[in-house]
Amino acid sequence: MHKALVMEADACTGCHQCEMMCSYGKVGAFNPSKSVIDITIFDGGAVNVPSTCTQCEGAWCMVVCPVEAITVNSSTGAKEVSAEVCVGCKVCTIACPFGAINYDVDSGVVTKCDLCGGEPMCVEACPTTALSFVAEDSTGYDKMRRNAILAAGIEEGIA
Amino acid sequence: MSWTGKILRIDLSAGTCTSEPLNMQWANDYMGQRGLATKYLVEETDPTVDPFSPDNKMIFATGPLTGTIAPTSGRWSVVCKGPLTGAIACSNSGGFFGAELKNAGWDMVIFEGKSASPVYLDMTNDQAELKDASDLWGKSVWETETALRERRGDPDVRVASIGLAGESGVLYAAVVNDMDRAAGRSGVGAVMGSKNLKAVVVRGTVGVKVNDPMAMMKTSNAAKEILAENAVTGEGLPTHGTQILMNVINEVGALPTRNGQDVQFDGAHDIGAEAMAEVRESDGQSNLVSNHACFGCPISCARRSKIDPTHFTVKDKPQYQGVSGGLEYEAAWALGAANGVNDLEALTYANFVCNEQGMDPISLGVTIGAAMDLYHAGAISQEDTGGVALEFGSTEAFVAMVEATARGEGFGKELGQGSRRLCEKYGHPDFSMTVKSQEIAAYDPRGIQGMGLAYATSNRGACHLRGYTVASEVLGIPEKTDPLATEGKAGLVKAFQDATAAVDSSGTCVFTTFALSGEDIAPMVDAACEGDWSVERFVEVGERIWNMERQYNIAAGFTGADDTLPERLLKDAAKTGPAEGSVNRLNEMLPEYYESRGWSASGEPTAETLGRLGL
Repeated sequence: MHKALVMEADACTGCHQCEMMCSYGKVGAFNPSKSVIDITIFDGGAVNVPSTCTQCEGAWCMVVCPVEAITVNSSTGAKEVSAEVCVGCKVCTIACPFGAINYDVDSGVVTKCDLCGGEPMCVEACPTTALSFVAEDSTGYDKMRRNAILAAGIEEGIA
Repeated sequence: MSWTGKILRIDLSAGTCTSEPLNMQWANDYMGQRGLATKYLVEETDPTVDPFSPDNKMIFATGPLTGTIAPTSGRWSVVCKGPLTGAIACSNSGGFFGAELKNAGWDMVIFEGKSASPVYLDMTNDQAELKDASDLWGKSVWETETALRERRGDPDVRVASIGLAGESGVLYAAVVNDMDRAAGRSGVGAVMGSKNLKAVVVRGTVGVKVNDPMAMMKTSNAAKEILAENAVTGEGLPTHGTQILMNVINEVGALPTRNGQDVQFDGAHDIGAEAMAEVRESDGQSNLVSNHACFGCPISCARRSKIDPTHFTVKDKPQYQGVSGGLEYEAAWALGAANGVNDLEALTYANFVCNEQGMDPISLGVTIGAAMDLYHAGAISQEDTGGVALEFGSTEAFVAMVEATARGEGFGKELGQGSRRLCEKYGHPDFSMTVKSQEIAAYDPRGIQGMGLAYATSNRGACHLRGYTVASEVLGIPEKTDPLATEGKAGLVKAFQDATAAVDSSGTCVFTTFALSGEDIAPMVDAACEGDWSVERFVEVGERIWNMERQYNIAAGFTGADDTLPERLLKDAAKTGPAEGSVNRLNEMLPEYYESRGWSASGEPTAETLGRLGL
């Protein structure tokens, strides 16, 4: 089974370590402007929201690409862009409902999260629990369990 | 690498922006940020220059680790001759501005001269242009940053600016970036104002490269692991922020209270970390909203706060009712305990005003405390204060003074000159809790002896961040020493001062040193930079910087006689707590300190010491 990248805004402090690590993997420099994971800061830093591609099963970016530059990596499930094939038409950036695929002026092609071949560097960099990489069929369960604990008004849940 | 190798020089008189190569010899000898910028200032300016003269320079500087994956890599510094002290001024800030400047491809920006009219510097990578800021002059930091962000139409630009305090020459005006992170001390914001420079806007997309990326990852991960596992950096600071110290230091009997009249504050529990987290009756919310991280920081000690909207300070002022930068320990102490004020919401409001108009809350709070002392002694009256009964503990009087200082109105003009000038003017220089004209910080040297020596010998005037022996004397880091003893403190202070000077020049935050030592930080510098950066070299650079700053101050007119403390701390014993009966015994530590530094008995670095350090 593939694994999924899970982002928890509640735990994010806005430190940008993920952006630095991601950009390093993509362009070989610490350069948040080249990161394909992005932290949006709201309310003076009280709310910090990480966003990146969630690797849709039926990926719109892939469906609309006129040159088939986006393909599925069978081992990770990631939808990956081939920089050699991409012509920079940007149709995928319009099709993506989340804005998670972006055009890079310097390279002339689009960039998006490729799960770093199965070991996402952003997850490794994150100093909190805001980013995790979990089995696809367990996404949401952690949150459900936390909410159950809150609803029950108890300190710790039972497995 | 990891220096960009480029400096941007801004001649404000001529209106020109020019690029020049970084002096790599100096970079190798002084690392970056605090050390490197001070080296440039020393080489390029006359130490006797009037701080407000166009001939004074102001340098924005990053370090080799700024903008890298190293934990807490968001640090940058502002260096100039300081108007509050007449000494070297070096103020360090976090947030996101510094990393953006480095990402734009610059190690430093040097501002020289003076613009004929208000301007701001607009930068995108290697493009830099001075633009008219006439419409921004008279605006707050918050208004300026918001306006410039909108003007650029790019939410990712970063801004450093001054508010009304910097424009009007408040001697402890700050340069504020990212709305509430500040290069706070010594009046660097007033120097920026004297040059008619309102703001610097930067967007950087060049990226930061390091010499050995694999070693960078490895050493940074190791450092992050240590920070996460440490009780202070992994638990205390993320959860409670620096405010965790309020009750701790009060218990130790080292919380300077009511302008140093006492060492314990009965209202301490009302203004510390625990109080910030308490749910208010009025709106069912707590003052503390969340923690927040500066760029690259896994500690995230910064506080986000929201003031009770029904509180008298904000109830008709919507601009203060949102979430903004909350109280750190130093601000809560200076604005609170130093004045005997225990109203958490009022202190948060004052902190917001300090961020909004660009003022150092430490110097502001301590100066108001001195004014309350003068009022208490009858040296000033309501005729001087504009009708305000300036009693210790009066929240209303305190708030009125904060607002008057921010706006530069009435008695606020006097307060904007700092405690030393205020107390001298009204005939009580002994009331001024200052060293080299800069206000002391939140640790009373009667209860923590080493801090007395650290204040007395700090190159930028009294400061807790030049040699934080509290770590050892109170928290037991790296090992516990007796806060009431003077033995061994000379060596302790020197070691902390040198290590801190190195950390302040690296691009990382001194708060990491609760958990990290040179053994952890030097390897990150070594990975980032070319050349061999051993621990020994790292610490030696720190010592070199300390002596360079000392030489600058001597050339500016300071002598060993200025290495002293306010009389009250040396003569009036602590009245309560573990330090009851104690004064600070500076005279037991200072000669040994000079000797351990390789300085003469009058406090001057010997030729041998200067030679050893290559100065």
